[in-house]
Amino acid sequence: MGIEDKVLVRMENIEKEFPGVKALKGVKFDVKAGEIHALVGENGAGKSTLIKILMGVYPATSGKIFLGDKEATYKNPYQAKMCGLGAVYQDITLALHLTVAENFFLGNLPLKMGLIDWKTVNSVTQQTLNDLNIDINPRTIVKNLTVGQQEMVTIAKTVHQKANVIVFDEPTALLANEEVSLLFDLIKKLTNRGYGIIYISHRLEEIFAICDRVTVLKDGTYVDTLNVKETNQDELVKLMVGRDIHDMYGIEKGTIGETVLKVDKLTKEGKFKDVTFELKKGQILGMFGLVGAGRTEVCRALFGADPYDSGDVYVKGKKIHNKTPIEGMRNSIAFLTEDRKKDGLCLGLSVEFNTNLASYPMIAKNGLVNLKSERERADKYIEAINIKTPSPRQRCKNLSGGNQQKVVIAKWMCRDSEIFIFDEPTVGVDVGAKVEIYKLIEALVAQGKAVILISSYLPEVMGLSDDMIVMAEGKQMAILNKSEFYYENGKLNEEKALKLASGIA
Amino acid sequence: MNGAEKAVKPNVLRNMANSYGVPFAFLIILAIGLSFGTDSFLTYDNIFNLFRSTAVYGIVAIAETYVIITGGIDISVGPNVGLSGMIVALLVIQQGMNMWLAMLIGIIACAVVGFANGAMVFDGKLPPFIATLGSLTIIRAVIMLISGARNITGFDSSFLQIAQTTLGFPGTDAKGDPMSYGIPLMALVWIVIIAIAFFIIRKTTFGRNIFAIGSNTEAARLSGISVRKTTYGAYIFSAVLCGIGGILLTSRLASGIPTLGTGYELDAIASAVVGGASMSGGEGSVGGTVVGAILIATIRNGGVLLGLNGQIIEIIIGCLIVGAVLIDSLSKKRAR
Repeated sequence: MGIEDKVLVRMENIEKEFPGVKALKGVKFDVKAGEIHALVGENGAGKSTLIKILMGVYPATSGKIFLGDKEATYKNPYQAKMCGLGAVYQDITLALHLTVAENFFLGNLPLKMGLIDWKTVNSVTQQTLNDLNIDINPRTIVKNLTVGQQEMVTIAKTVHQKANVIVFDEPTALLANEEVSLLFDLIKKLTNRGYGIIYISHRLEEIFAICDRVTVLKDGTYVDTLNVKETNQDELVKLMVGRDIHDMYGIEKGTIGETVLKVDKLTKEGKFKDVTFELKKGQILGMFGLVGAGRTEVCRALFGADPYDSGDVYVKGKKIHNKTPIEGMRNSIAFLTEDRKKDGLCLGLSVEFNTNLASYPMIAKNGLVNLKSERERADKYIEAINIKTPSPRQRCKNLSGGNQQKVVIAKWMCRDSEIFIFDEPTVGVDVGAKVEIYKLIEALVAQGKAVILISSYLPEVMGLSDDMIVMAEGKQMAILNKSEFYYENGKLNEEKALKLASGIA
Repeated sequence: MNGAEKAVKPNVLRNMANSYGVPFAFLIILAIGLSFGTDSFLTYDNIFNLFRSTAVYGIVAIAETYVIITGGIDISVGPNVGLSGMIVALLVIQQGMNMWLAMLIGIIACAVVGFANGAMVFDGKLPPFIATLGSLTIIRAVIMLISGARNITGFDSSFLQIAQTTLGFPGTDAKGDPMSYGIPLMALVWIVIIAIAFFIIRKTTFGRNIFAIGSNTEAARLSGISVRKTTYGAYIFSAVLCGIGGILLTSRLASGIPTLGTGYELDAIASAVVGGASMSGGEGSVGGTVVGAILIATIRNGGVLLGLNGQIIEIIIGCLIVGAVLIDSLSKKRAR
């Protein structure tokens, strides 16, 4: 792999105190030239704090950072960038309305006789992109690129700004499978050139796919640094959560009952075509596909969030056509959206408010809310599904991703719906909270609820589903039964699903 | 039931401290300072006038707060004040209509403007600033047209009584002349509106919904909240309150004035923002806006009593607006 023993960055004995909280205690971390060093831990373990200290966002309370042999003296993100530290965050940090090239030179546009030298801007950008084998025109407006392409641009921009250590924070969270492999190729190319890579991800498979070493943090303390080749997932998970999690997806299945939802030839021009399936009580129906396969669109249409052109939908034998979310909810459908921040929660409002958000009419009489029920419901779900919040009054934006997701689940549990659609419920959620979310899905099916689970993460969707619809480019490729993707020995047969999802029948 | 009330009470106090503790503390300090610093601030007459003159500003500020909470803005509040006032003046003075009926028609006319604002913002997908800027321009012109751009005078005393009525006890003033001590009816109307506005936010689904759509419209829609009804509701509520304010002000000034309410939108926005409302929606409170409105009025009043130049007073108010938002954004930054 060409790992030289040249240490690019070394952090020693890092401590960080926030008012009232000790976020990091004696953490050490280093990156060598040409290696990919993973940083793992649950949400709240201190990964982001450590990275923010490294990037100059906050100062450490104590501890030292060395760049090469010299102690670093940078005081802010700009100086850190000048020292060769770059980061690619999961949320794209490009200016969406500008071109790729303008983003490369943002705040630093070269001038020629007092005017912007567009020729240099575009040609230098083109060179950097060519050099990394990224096939994007520098003159493209960033918002017209896919999320995957935007991420490639961000990486190229970081390289262009002369970083030699690059942090990747959950880079694959929003990417489709084929984009992930492009990203991995690019990261490997960077290591071959002697860059040092810090890689943060909740997807442990990725760590085994590309990383060389892995450092585990837990509750702000340093646990261990291991060679990836000499460890395995079970060991990592145990170090991260401090307990054994043998079979994350091993949930108790409900008894499957009568059909609650029947969908016949549901079609929306340009989005999806002839989607046909049945969903039964107690069943988990997976929906797998690449990003853009049309899974979310199908479910939004079922729920009434978007219109559809033709096809029939039946709930408990009764034909329905939901034109608004209000109608979908009356027909007992709950839709847990993929992007909690964008359309799942009112982040600036309290846990209590968000828990009741979808069910205020149920606890109101003549438009007057029963404040007692409002509070009781919030208290009930905070306890029942273990939402970690200092108070029901806490604003949702102050909770971790996993806890925000639980508030979304609580919101829909309050409605007592029959059909729960989960759209990517564990994106950006740590291992411990993931398992808790799976347990909640388990509890729902045990009560005879029917669940549709959209996920791009194969181990999850295969591990949890009874049946799985595979979609590709708006077409329903197949409905696979568990027996077709789950072997006796508990191993998963991913190949078939992946082929179907790529449109190869 | 008892338990719930006990649980709710401290939260109300805590919310108050969190969302508008700073302007409230500032108001108290200012009031104490003025009480000691001037002879005339802490007198019955001054406080009476302060409340009577702040009442309409205060009502319009509450109207504005509702719209700001939904993430919108209503800059047509000023013309709405003028519209209801002028309609009442024309109907009562020129047509001889029963004043209660005329007041109802004035308020309905404002409600129609509110409905149009809601339609432009929700169904027309116009930015609220542009939609209500259009309304502002049109309504002001309509007022000029129907009044011939002239003051309409000649109210009989029953209409003027609205502003002059004081609810209270008869007594004598310092010189021994008889007078009535109490609360001006205008301030009482304001207080009733405060109570209703507070009740709606605290207790009703509509109150929850305006926060939900202001905080995250799409999340609210996907949670089964009717964004249409809520948006229309907020703009209509705003316009109706302005209509009430316009009637009170017309009674106080004893004539229909075409320019009535000019500039009120800016004071209303300022009061809401000083009281902790966020222009991006989802944040704001009735209590905060009341404090904001009283604070601005007290600075104006105190400034006059201290003999400050009027322009200096406006500079202080400008600093207050920016300062209040600055303190808020800095404290949020620190909390993060």
